Amino acid sequence: MKRVVITGAGTINALGQTVAETFEAMKEGRCGIGPLEMKDVDRLAIKIGGQVKGFEAEGRFNRQQMALYDRFTQFALVAAREAIAQSGLEFSGEMAAKSGVVLGTSGGGMQTLDENYRSVYEDGKNRVHPFVVPKLMNNAAASHVSMEFNLKGPSFTVATACASSNHAMSQAFQLVRSGVAPVMISGGSESMLCFGGIKAWEGLRVMSKDACRPFSANRNGMVQGEGAGVFVFEEYEHARARGADILAEVIGFAMSSDAADIVMPSKQGAARAISGALSDARINAEDVGYINAHGTGTAANDKTECAAVADVFGPHADSLMISSTKSMHGHLIGGTGAVELLACIMALREGIVAPTIGYEEPDPECALDVVPNTAREAKVDVALSNAFAFGGLNAVLALRKV
Amino acid sequence: MSVKDKVIGIVAEQAVLEPSDVTMESTLEDLGIDSLGLVESIFAIEEAFDISVPFNANDPTESDFDISSVATIVAGIEKLIADQS
Repeated sequence: MKRVVITGAGTINALGQTVAETFEAMKEGRCGIGPLEMKDVDRLAIKIGGQVKGFEAEGRFNRQQMALYDRFTQFALVAAREAIAQSGLEFSGEMAAKSGVVLGTSGGGMQTLDENYRSVYEDGKNRVHPFVVPKLMNNAAASHVSMEFNLKGPSFTVATACASSNHAMSQAFQLVRSGVAPVMISGGSESMLCFGGIKAWEGLRVMSKDACRPFSANRNGMVQGEGAGVFVFEEYEHARARGADILAEVIGFAMSSDAADIVMPSKQGAARAISGALSDARINAEDVGYINAHGTGTAANDKTECAAVADVFGPHADSLMISSTKSMHGHLIGGTGAVELLACIMALREGIVAPTIGYEEPDPECALDVVPNTAREAKVDVALSNAFAFGGLNAVLALRKV
Repeated sequence: MSVKDKVIGIVAEQAVLEPSDVTMESTLEDLGIDSLGLVESIFAIEEAFDISVPFNANDPTESDFDISSVATIVAGIEKLIADQS
């Protein structure tokens, strides 16, 4: 089996429009969640979100591209450009033929759906623009990344709700580890902050009206975010031979299904994914210094996740750090695992662990070191990233410092 | 604005050209408009003239709407406007 390393990272999210800006915000414990700006916001019960503000498609894309790209595709391309530029890779010949792109998204082109449903249902129009289908399809982002960078190998989109990015990156990891592809571009993108997207989530009554406070006893729900995270997964020898700057090594993953409930999380399902990632990476529980939690800020997730971590790690659960950066950038749904992987890379590479902000009251059911409110300097050798989706589909990745 | 001027405006925008660069003899191929651009142009024409254009992208030559040049498109639209008014 080949070793797999990360040689490029890119993002756009409520904390910043580059990795550097996002790291800066995470170190400061800055909150990117604020009042939503969109049409008909007065008809929403939930009026906050981790919205990407000050993002202009003009200048980044030409007129024809803007007509074809939903916001989630624009986010994916912006993040992919940053990641691939950092890696220094150019795709041609045999390398291009074998390299591909696997991205996660839950809703795909939700902005396009929302706008066009509004047009035909509310405005009563009987004709829609011809690009509606190519804009809204879930694989649009992955396809446009493949076209822009000449990636001709295995390319597809994974949709497993809140675990989409982690499942996507697990697939990309396997393709490189098994020798199928020398390089895979992977991560995820989401843009669900539109009227219909928020309205649908309101229905579940799991959204907070004021803040995302994971693990805090007074937490009252999740807050949605938007954006993308994209990485370059590269075979280790390939990266070394060209003298690439290695950000971290991906050492293992595991996926599991609760096979139990469509919305309630399961401690056993989460624990099987976490312990599965440790065995796949051939590491001991004691090696793990940091976990980027799924940590949604809902009553159910946070206590279930802490119980799963306590089960898998035993006494070591009290010495590791576990934080939820969703408190800062919100829950990016299908893109969330990708943006959160940045916190793992920051911990491994810079020795700074991102905090769980908005933490106000200890919860005996979440009695772990959640790195409350302030980032912390610490030497971390191995980090995990958790994602537990609605539908009971779980995916955990393990990263090591290089 | 005449039908001709409106069509030239739509086609020019699609081709990212000045209207003065588009003549009645121009074909869509000459102007660099591909199949997706053609479908987008048909949509813009339907919106601009509030008509329904009988055009099937599966086989444009079989459609009852001649797209072989700007002139045939203008003539087709004028007929549709008359028929559908």
